[in-house]
Amino acid sequence: MNSIMIMAARCLRSGAYRTAQNNVELLSGRARLMCSSSAAQKTLEEMVKKDKVVVFIKGTPAQPMCGFSNAVVQILRMHGVDRYAAYNVLDDQDIREGIKTLSNWPTIPQVFFNGEFVGGCDILLQMHQSGDLVEELQKLGIKSALLDQEKESK
Amino acid sequence: MSVTPDLIREKLIAEIGAIHVDVEDTSPNRCAASFKVLVVSPQFEGKPLLQRHRMVNNCLAEELKEIHAFEQKTLTPEQWEKQKAQ
Repeated sequence: MNSIMIMAARCLRSGAYRTAQNNVELLSGRARLMCSSSAAQKTLEEMVKKDKVVVFIKGTPAQPMCGFSNAVVQILRMHGVDRYAAYNVLDDQDIREGIKTLSNWPTIPQVFFNGEFVGGCDILLQMHQSGDLVEELQKLGIKSALLDQEKESK
Repeated sequence: MSVTPDLIREKLIAEIGAIHVDVEDTSPNRCAASFKVLVVSPQFEGKPLLQRHRMVNNCLAEELKEIHAFEQKTLTPEQWEKQKAQ
């Protein structure tokens, strides 16, 4: 119980990426996740739909623990997306395995837009380079920061 | 059976008609078996990125169980020619 309080306090202090809220949900979700794998899948389905942009990464946005996860965080940052749900798969083996089953995708990081699986780091990077990401964010009602930069440079 | 670049290349050619495959073993940079592949196949034509990547994932489903990190780039022959010309 003590470690849970410490973890929640740590995240509340760091602020920025709604990790506090995520961790609070994760903590209460953990008990449910341990019950059965179909319950775990249902919880994950709810998690990916709850926010417009949801990522499963190793580490946190403030401290990614893997180069590919970091790439996802940096790309979102470049586009000015600062309100998104980020789940640290290193915290919870059930989430780590469950999300791979849900999306039928073998690796982390994983990116979801509006509850739909988009891809991993490679796909997000290619979408960023091709300009598709700006369009997809627009469909979510998110205006990419890169659009403002373009306007300024003209 | 351990995963080798040759095995990956052969499977991609045989199962998704790849006309060109580059496999880079990036394991030395990471803690476990890791690969970076470039796959060029006419079967990618008209397919969105996610579908292409899923084709590769399905083809290498057995190998991916042992692979820790996997990067992939999927191009159609036309895209590849364009890239080479740059």
